Amino acid sequence: MADISEVWVYLSASPLLFLTLTLAAFQAGTWLYDRSGHKPFLNPVLTAVIVVVGLLTLSGTTYETYFEGAQFVHFLLGPATVALAIPLFRQFDRVRRSALALITSLLCGSLTAIGTAVGLGWLLGASRETLMSLAPKSVTAPVAMGITEQLGGLPSLTAVLVILTGIMGAVLGPPLLTLIGVKDWRARGLALGTASHGIGTARALQVNELAGAFSGLAMGLNALATAILLPILWRLFF
Amino acid sequence: MLTALTLILSCQLAGELITRFLGLPVPGPVAGMVILFALLAIKGGVPEEIGAVADSLLKNLALLFVPAGVGVMAHFGLLGQDWLPISVALVGSTLATIAVTGLVMSRLARASAAEDGDTPNG
Repeated sequence: MADISEVWVYLSASPLLFLTLTLAAFQAGTWLYDRSGHKPFLNPVLTAVIVVVGLLTLSGTTYETYFEGAQFVHFLLGPATVALAIPLFRQFDRVRRSALALITSLLCGSLTAIGTAVGLGWLLGASRETLMSLAPKSVTAPVAMGITEQLGGLPSLTAVLVILTGIMGAVLGPPLLTLIGVKDWRARGLALGTASHGIGTARALQVNELAGAFSGLAMGLNALATAILLPILWRLFF
Repeated sequence: MLTALTLILSCQLAGELITRFLGLPVPGPVAGMVILFALLAIKGGVPEEIGAVADSLLKNLALLFVPAGVGVMAHFGLLGQDWLPISVALVGSTLATIAVTGLVMSRLARASAAEDGDTPNG
């Protein structure tokens, strides 16, 4: 019988272990979320991230080693984004009917996201580098990283802040929207997609396809709006 | 299933190529989404197979963010230095963005088409 450490060396060198760990942690997160009657703070992404980070830290595994396995899951983000065309197409009549309202709300949301992130960070004394990495936090990760790079911030820090923002939006968004009396599925989806990109869209899609369609569209449009607006605003204020 | 996957990946690839060549500030997959949308519009509907593959991908969308989220462990040092402004900015800005976007949209949308306002339960 092989020594346990030999088995560990073998397993941790293959993508299989960390791919399985990612799926299992998410399944556990989903189980917990369902069992709790869908408590927002038991968001499955949040639980899975905590479980995986905990296990990697305990076993002394680096993020790079983990990502060699997990990249197969990560890769599917691209095709999934393309697939958002389907709910959007199915709901397009309703999107078109509220196009003007949609564009106006999206611009208000986009400016709020940039302004409050940089404003609050600046008031509390964040470094310039942190501010630059924080500014595009509501935008889907690949675009946000490009914007940060252009400003002179840290793209990899931005990626983390983007994910944290997404989780935050998915967790706090639905109860906040209910609290302030926003019941319209279109408005709920648009708000989640604008503030918290794909993670907010994942949450919106779980509840309602119309909300999901508006959320996916908001994610794409906010990426575009921020990529254009942020460098201009930054030059005006800094 | 294979046809649908090939189509989706082809749209993504086309999106990546177009955004790179034209230097557009949009990610390739988002351009790919626009391309797939245009194809569906030309076809005039969603073929059953593509709908099924897309639905199963999107049903598990949240899972796909886990690997990037675990990246937080590579930045504990940086996050520790500016933890207060970062956490206040993330929470405050996310809540403000959701509230502003949701309120503006629900006011404006109510005026444009009231029949769409189904009631949410989650």
